[in-house]
Amino acid sequence: MAEALAAQVRSASVGTEPVIELVGAGKTYRTGAIEFEALREVDLRIGAGEYVAVVGPSGSGKSTLMHLIGCLDTLTVGSYRLAGEDISELTEVELARIRNHRIGFVFQQFHLLPSLSAWRNVELPMLYGRVPPGERRERAVDALERVGLGDKLHNRPGELSGGQQQRVAVARALVGEPDLLLADEPTGNLDSASTADVLALLDELNGQGRTIVLITHEPDVAAHADRVVRVLDGQVRSDEPSAGRRAGAR
Amino acid sequence: MSWAETLRTGLAAIRTHGLRSTLTVLGILIGIAAVILTVGLGLGTQKDVSEQISSLGSNLLIVTPGSSLSLEGLRGGFGTRPTLTRDDAEALASSVNTPDVAGVAPEKSTSLSLETSQTNWTTTVVGTTEDWPSVRGRTLSSGSFFTAADDAAAAAVVVLGSSTATELFGTTDVVGQSVTISDVTFTVVGVLADAGASDSTDLDDMAVIPLTTASQQVIGGRDRNSLTTVYVQAASTEQLSAAYQETETLLLNLHGISSADSADFTINSQDALVSTATAVYRTLTVLLTGIAALSLLVGGIGVMNIMLVSVTERTREIGLRKALGAPPWAIRRQFLAEAAVLGLAGGVLGAVLGILAARVLPDLLDTSIVVSGLAVGGSVVVAIGIGLTFGVYPATRAARLAPIDALRSE
Repeated sequence: MAEALAAQVRSASVGTEPVIELVGAGKTYRTGAIEFEALREVDLRIGAGEYVAVVGPSGSGKSTLMHLIGCLDTLTVGSYRLAGEDISELTEVELARIRNHRIGFVFQQFHLLPSLSAWRNVELPMLYGRVPPGERRERAVDALERVGLGDKLHNRPGELSGGQQQRVAVARALVGEPDLLLADEPTGNLDSASTADVLALLDELNGQGRTIVLITHEPDVAAHADRVVRVLDGQVRSDEPSAGRRAGAR
Repeated sequence: MSWAETLRTGLAAIRTHGLRSTLTVLGILIGIAAVILTVGLGLGTQKDVSEQISSLGSNLLIVTPGSSLSLEGLRGGFGTRPTLTRDDAEALASSVNTPDVAGVAPEKSTSLSLETSQTNWTTTVVGTTEDWPSVRGRTLSSGSFFTAADDAAAAAVVVLGSSTATELFGTTDVVGQSVTISDVTFTVVGVLADAGASDSTDLDDMAVIPLTTASQQVIGGRDRNSLTTVYVQAASTEQLSAAYQETETLLLNLHGISSADSADFTINSQDALVSTATAVYRTLTVLLTGIAALSLLVGGIGVMNIMLVSVTERTREIGLRKALGAPPWAIRRQFLAEAAVLGLAGGVLGAVLGILAARVLPDLLDTSIVVSGLAVGGSVVVAIGIGLTFGVYPATRAARLAPIDALRSE
């Protein structure tokens, strides 16, 4: 029932205003006299509510693509619109604001601050988003409850398992209600049980209408997405519905 | 991110690296304590000196033989011919040309041994006249001062300082006792009351005898007519400079000297003595404070060093915060706050240590230390300033880190 409703929401939003719109995007790195073209002529549209996996071997440019999508880096050529906003010309301060408001990050290494408790970690993005202190705590607790860690609010990352740590990171990504959840190899450091755990959580969030871009090199993980974008040598080689979806197996 | 949040984050970071932060704070702390102590020591010494000088009496001019203006040293044959004599002192006291002079006390002093049947004690023996107590602002705790008649008769009478009396007799109740100075047996006629004001006990350790007795029987030799000092008291503070002029003119006339530049005597006022003495101490204080300030600079470099280490160590944290939306200024502010807190902690603890040391040290070293609120407040502000100043570079470096590079670092 919920599944059907979510699918409805998804199909309604796909094709309307895209969350991500990259046109002719390219990125060239310069190290002294040496130029390295990490990404070229990438055209990519991702609509609201989509669940997209970006796959490719290491060195393919998928990390660069993720940095560009995540506004952690800027394009050399082409244009990038995120949730309707052209961000190719923004300053560092404006990029920080976009990251804060529009994007939730989940990293392979979790990137939790070891000295802070779970809820303090989840609170972090709100510290930079002018959310009043009382509301910050409330929302942090809500987010942790949503990822099933309502009983671990005061535990520090060192006291949590890898899977739990990654769920704290997911809660931190969610807490600002971003337009886009960007997960970079989120299961890369997890055992199979925790992997299943975190992927189920992402599925659930996507089911609730959240746009997710997942970067991975594992086909099993990519199979959770609706759509798979394959990157090789800095270019998009294929862009098609995922094998898992086509088979109808979820 | 609010200031309160910034401060909380800064404090948490400092707490995480307790030992390192403590050592950094120690650098600032020592510098601040050193500055407070040296400034306090300088002020204390200045206070001591001016108290000692003012305890000589009030509205005084101090006339001494020899010229301090001469580049060749003392002028006027000091030691070969008396340049300041009892006649000079009497002229100053009685002349119609010195209406602003209220009193004159000639002094001829030297260090001699005082003997009783039991013991002996070496102290300053001062030969003077009956006006000495009023000019020098001294009173007697028992007995009476000698009279003009005692002086005229070269009587063997002595007035003792309270410490001198205690040293010789074990008590200050000594009027009528005998004491021998240079083979002359003196009768104690009075004991001076404590000078009180100064920490120095010199003013309570002396033996005062009539000037005639001193020059004829005790301190003889070629210099028998010369005086060590003539204290001239002006009638009031306002008349001090008039008294100075009159004294100078009269003495020049008496000595047959036409120009004040070639005078064979020197007149100092208490103010002049105070300012000369304090000028010396001020220079010393500035010098010492400069050295102490250098240690603060070293402390500041310590802060910078630790902040740079902290930035390097927390590159990933910085990257993460940036990825989560921290603008560069928030990162800069976070590290600046941390540096300022280190400075503040060093400043406050240094001030506490300085104040404690200022309480304890005077008892151990026999010096005064005056802790001024300005020095304490100023030091704390300077400490925060040092934290901020030396935090700017590390904080700016942190703020400039690119988020992807920062996140990638392991």
